[in-house]
Amino acid sequence: MRTMRFGIVLFPGSNCEMDCQHVLREVLGQEADLLWHKEEKVSGYDAMVLPGGFSYGDYLRTGAIARFSPIMKAVEAFAAGGGLVLGICNGFQILCEANLLPGALMRNRNLHFICKQVPIRVENGRTAFTNAFQSGQVLRLPINHNEGCFYADLATLRQINEKGQVLFRYCGGKGEASEAYNPNGSLENIAGIMNEAGNVMGMMPHPERACEQILGSEEGRGIFSSIIRRWKGEG
Amino acid sequence: MVKVRVLVTLKPGVLDPQGKTVRNALESLGFKGLTDLRIGKVMEIKMDGVSPEEARAQVEEMCQKLLANPVIEDYRYEVEEASAERKPAAQRDR
Repeated sequence: MRTMRFGIVLFPGSNCEMDCQHVLREVLGQEADLLWHKEEKVSGYDAMVLPGGFSYGDYLRTGAIARFSPIMKAVEAFAAGGGLVLGICNGFQILCEANLLPGALMRNRNLHFICKQVPIRVENGRTAFTNAFQSGQVLRLPINHNEGCFYADLATLRQINEKGQVLFRYCGGKGEASEAYNPNGSLENIAGIMNEAGNVMGMMPHPERACEQILGSEEGRGIFSSIIRRWKGEG
Repeated sequence: MVKVRVLVTLKPGVLDPQGKTVRNALESLGFKGLTDLRIGKVMEIKMDGVSPEEARAQVEEMCQKLLANPVIEDYRYEVEEASAERKPAAQRDR
């Protein structure tokens, strides 16, 4: 069987694309190409990754300008056809701005840029992005953001809860998803969600920075291996 | 020329930690009776070759597409027909 082909979108101001490429190629043995945001035709990829960074300097709102990059039409068409799309940090913000995911990401409640490792709880371990985990499992992943406060109106919040679209919540070391362990003010401690169809996911923590023990945690690897398992029909 | 001023504000109920921090700072400076302070954005746009009506239609579309995020923000705008840039007073008097 051939290896999986990932396309990693590089916007002006992205800065986590090399980490994603390294993990997909060197740690997981898949193919991973960087795609400049000006590309309009993108084909032959099995999954797309929108990496973290500060696309367009976060001007106006995070992700607001990047969502109109030429490549986004191709990403939207890919997602509409059921293709797997993963947005990490700034990628999550771009997916929300592009209406590929519900809600919005706002300035952290404490107005601080937060850069630290935090525990998150896997809420739904049966998705294309989490099937390598058990529901309820606690992962330790780094967060690194200024605008990570997830917001959605009550109707949207209810819907994403009922449909199992909330994939991760910030929590304590034992999985307690309470206000005391909410680093940025996100509603209901939400750290990652997927769309209703289950093929587009966004998360604020950086799994690509936690795939090798030398970096302090391997627990992010399961996000990428879940995608590979799903593609192979195993997960 | 048409001058447009767009105001983008957070929807009621959306947390505004910046506004809260500024309000606290004003209170610590001795200003009393502040019940709320919310921070928004002002964008000033100048447009040529359009009537105020056309400008209004375009700005509405700009707000919907880019300038505001309807999940968290409201917007409003003022459109004003402005005559050509006023010359500095010294030049006008001559």
